Amino acid sequence: MKITFDWIKDHLDTKFKEDKLLEQLTNVGLEVEGVENLSTGLDLFKVAKILKTEKHPNADRLKVCDVDVGEKEIKKVVCGAPNAREGLITVYAPPGAIVPKSKVKLVVAKIRDVTSYGMLCSESELDLSDESDGITELSSKKYGKSIGKSYFSKSNSNLIDLSITPNRPDCLGVRGIARDLAASGFGKLKDLKEKKIKSKNKQTVKVKINKEKGQACSSFGSCLITNVENTESPKWLKDKLLSVGQKPISAIVDITNYVMLDINRPLHAYDADKIEKGIVVRNSKSGEEFTALDNKNYKLDDGMCVISDSKGVLGLGGIIGGTRSGTEFDTKNILLESAYFEPRSIRSTSKKLNLDTDAKFRFERGIDPLSIEDGLNKAALLIKEICGGEISKIDIQRIETGKVRTIKFYTNLFEKVTGFKISIKEILKILENLGFKIKKEKNYLKLSVPTWRPDISKEIDIVEELVRITGYDKIKIIDPIKERNKSTLTQSQKLFHFLQRAIASKGYLEAITWSFTDSNYNDHFKDKNKEIKIINPISSDLGVLRNSIFSNLIMYMNKNLDRGFKDLSIFEIGPIFTGSNPGEQNTVVCGLSVGKKSRLSWIEKERNVDVFDVKRDVVQTLVEAGYNSDKFFIDSETPNYYHPGKSGRLFLNRGKDQIAAYFGEIHPNILKKIDIKTESLMGFEIFVDNLKLPKKTLKDQKTKFQVSDYQKSERDFAFIVDKEIKAQDLINAVSSVDQKLISNIRVFDVYEGENIPENQKSIAISVTIQSFEKTLNDNDLENINNSIIKTVENKTGAKIRS
Amino acid sequence: MSDLKNIQNDYSAKLNNNLSLEEINQIKTELFGKNGLISSQFKNIASIPEADRKKFASDLNQIKDELQNLITNKINEIESKKINEKLEKEKIDVTLPERPFVRGKIHPVSQTIDEISSIFSEIGFSVEEGPDIENEYNNFTALNTPDNHPARDMHDTFYLDENKEVLLRTHTSPVQIRTMLKDRPPFKIIAPGRTYRSDSDQTHAPMFHQVEGLHIDKDINMGHLKGCLNYFIKEFFEVEKIKMRFRPSHFPFTEPSAEVDIGYEIKDGKIVIGEGDQWLEILGCGMVHPNVLKNVKVDPSKYQGYAFGIGIDRLAMLKYGINDLRAFFDCDYRWLNHFGFDPLDVPSNYRGLSR
Repeated sequence: MKITFDWIKDHLDTKFKEDKLLEQLTNVGLEVEGVENLSTGLDLFKVAKILKTEKHPNADRLKVCDVDVGEKEIKKVVCGAPNAREGLITVYAPPGAIVPKSKVKLVVAKIRDVTSYGMLCSESELDLSDESDGITELSSKKYGKSIGKSYFSKSNSNLIDLSITPNRPDCLGVRGIARDLAASGFGKLKDLKEKKIKSKNKQTVKVKINKEKGQACSSFGSCLITNVENTESPKWLKDKLLSVGQKPISAIVDITNYVMLDINRPLHAYDADKIEKGIVVRNSKSGEEFTALDNKNYKLDDGMCVISDSKGVLGLGGIIGGTRSGTEFDTKNILLESAYFEPRSIRSTSKKLNLDTDAKFRFERGIDPLSIEDGLNKAALLIKEICGGEISKIDIQRIETGKVRTIKFYTNLFEKVTGFKISIKEILKILENLGFKIKKEKNYLKLSVPTWRPDISKEIDIVEELVRITGYDKIKIIDPIKERNKSTLTQSQKLFHFLQRAIASKGYLEAITWSFTDSNYNDHFKDKNKEIKIINPISSDLGVLRNSIFSNLIMYMNKNLDRGFKDLSIFEIGPIFTGSNPGEQNTVVCGLSVGKKSRLSWIEKERNVDVFDVKRDVVQTLVEAGYNSDKFFIDSETPNYYHPGKSGRLFLNRGKDQIAAYFGEIHPNILKKIDIKTESLMGFEIFVDNLKLPKKTLKDQKTKFQVSDYQKSERDFAFIVDKEIKAQDLINAVSSVDQKLISNIRVFDVYEGENIPENQKSIAISVTIQSFEKTLNDNDLENINNSIIKTVENKTGAKIRS
Repeated sequence: MSDLKNIQNDYSAKLNNNLSLEEINQIKTELFGKNGLISSQFKNIASIPEADRKKFASDLNQIKDELQNLITNKINEIESKKINEKLEKEKIDVTLPERPFVRGKIHPVSQTIDEISSIFSEIGFSVEEGPDIENEYNNFTALNTPDNHPARDMHDTFYLDENKEVLLRTHTSPVQIRTMLKDRPPFKIIAPGRTYRSDSDQTHAPMFHQVEGLHIDKDINMGHLKGCLNYFIKEFFEVEKIKMRFRPSHFPFTEPSAEVDIGYEIKDGKIVIGEGDQWLEILGCGMVHPNVLKNVKVDPSKYQGYAFGIGIDRLAMLKYGINDLRAFFDCDYRWLNHFGFDPLDVPSNYRGLSR
């Protein structure tokens, strides 16, 4: 909503200055979004007279004009307008002025070798009309003595842009704003003694509101104005509209706009001669069509509120009129409409048709149903004053009368909600100033809500009015008590934070990427999940919810590689989506590692990042989070975006759990398809929601301290096994021999090739044997040795390498 | 007697020579070996006449200690000489780079969430969560924003179905609904998380982060709301004083509603919070609307309280001087590295939010 202080002063007597106004607007909840000085520079535009024109020496269509701008010096201006002629009074803009329409700053310029000092302006260039065929022609009668004077009237009022919240339709009119200001003590609301129409003529266009289900129009006021002469608006009206950035069009349109902006009463003017046999307000039928004033054709559904005549739809009530009955400069007879339309209906119709107009914006927020007459009076009288003609009586059709809402307000609620007190006297004053009718009952106030406040229906709304006008600065600060009755984080939230920082501590940079992604990328990683489309994505490359974090992470990893970074580790912890219902999401820690370790190091041999790097990061993180790695079970079944032979799946416990993590090399086909160039690309995913929460707290996790001081022995074994046999199987076999005695098993060599039969490999392990009870003697050790060899050979088909 | 003296003199002299480690060990054996000169003297003690025995033993022990010390010193001398010789040869250039290490970082949004949680933890709030996908009831209707209400235009919503029944939550407020539906009052929670709106420009991203706050009890009023936010802002920005302005506004789910501005100024190109006469909007809040309480089966005649919603990204930008919101989600290695936090910098009550 754009206003000026000058316009507010039409409704408000105040002694305050504009800076105080801006502060006060904000204080009562009418947020000032911006202040613009529209008149800046406009005073540079001067009324000027062309003294002489000559043809431009180098251009047929241009003229060189000698212009009197009220100064001693005559200005030479090059001008292309066909109507530039000797004696014409027009508008001159000097170098330095900014052309309102194009916002171009003028400079002294050579135009085809002739220097031009400034410009003669068309109405279009001045943003006054669409007239661009020639320069502005001013009447010599009116402007003859004003040569050198500023063309635009001086306005010191800045354009104030307010952000009006959707609950305050009343403040979409200047008077509503003035009322709030007055209530807050900023001045006194002027009592506008509005003139009423005094006429004996009947309104002869018949209006009927169909009583039907879902009728959105409850009352329709109208007034016929005959024999008008639609003309240009007078200067005061043009200036008024211009001051808030509205373009004047014609008197009739300007007047309806003015009334709308002034008291938030939308009106519509019909060319009465184009209405066939009276007006019927009814629900539309599916398939009906009309051409609206925006020159677009609209096809209607069932049940939209239309204003129609016997020939069909004239317009959409409260949203937009039609071209068939629109007013023009030659319109003689006008039917002025002032009606009430149901906000919900307005909103649903405009949404369906994707139509947004000033009227719609207001009606959907709720127009004062009692402003029908005021609007007609004000507009009709102005039309008569400016365009002449005869006004009829006002005709109002109603199918229901609006009820005034009443609220029982117990005044102690104010202190209960705000924490501070105000006097009853103060309460009464504020509410009266806001337009409430008040009846004092024994222990409450019976309040009649002003009809322009559709947002007020409950006691709590009254509290808001009172505290808003009193000032939020009166609310006293009550310091919070430092007391905690419930732990801040749940176990799973703690786990989330732990994993986040544990992975970061392994050298990964945390990234946050969109929850949505490019379906082309997502396709690579969605595995068995179904694609979840966003109906109205911001762009097609952010069209689906991510089924995996990899899609975004790889895309951004690629961008970093393009920036010239080669060795990077990044991760994200966040949601992935498995369906389009609330809750169908999982939290995942997803990491990527590319390039080499120790690239160009003088001391360490460089090597590509490999599967066992990311495996370490995953395992170490899980161990740090409190899971026992002795119980981990790993196999090689992984989704198709991993390298089938170089990736693994990790369970916290064999057979009992859901998948805890995947790790491995990203499938080379994907690298090829998304054109990512790096020596190595490894990734992992930890499924946070699949991790069973440790039941015990940290203090319970610390069990009895038990160590053995008896001598430990290390024994090395080398087994020859089939290639298919996993190291994990071998380790499990060894540890099954005697879990009490075998305290550690370490794989120290894996070998295939010479001296080993084809399709077989050698795995060398070192086993630590230690008893809690005694020092083992040679015999004990020999027994365990044999047992280990036998068990491994039996369980895995291995042969001890001799 | 003289035997002892002789041994002492002989070997003291020998040990004064320039000897190798082997030679010293040889002497050691000669003296203290099984049949060494000193060892055999000890065996003689018993045969010494009673009268002289005590003196003999005392002399013998003295000589033993003396020679042993000499030997130990001599060995130490040789060994330290050896080490010194070795050290002479073992000089390396310690200015050569250490073995390579990599450093991970925590995203500023995550760090800020932890900071916020830490602050609210102190005054008794616990953390709740809700799903990113919401139904329109929890996101709008239950929050007193019925369909066909213009307030819905304030949120540009991403929808997942044509009927507009499932959507990406436009704010964290639906967590209020979920929390109150599953539990009984009092409620004292914050709910940080991802939120989504379909606009995108310099200052808006289609995804951003909010933290919701909700405190419902028997007599929680606007003074508590002001106190809570005043405390939070001061703690968060780690400043002694702040300038805070409550300004009336409108949210369908709170009544009365307010927007909160903080005072700031720009000093040497950096934003200083708590001074100056510029205002910056940082959050929206208000007293939970009775209709919302009714929707979650909480009796508004018995319970009341406040709610607030804060833009986390915005807070992070202000606190850490980050200009561009879009960069938060751009994953530029250089940016993550520059604005990220060391994973060991966990904000906590006792050690403070930042070092």
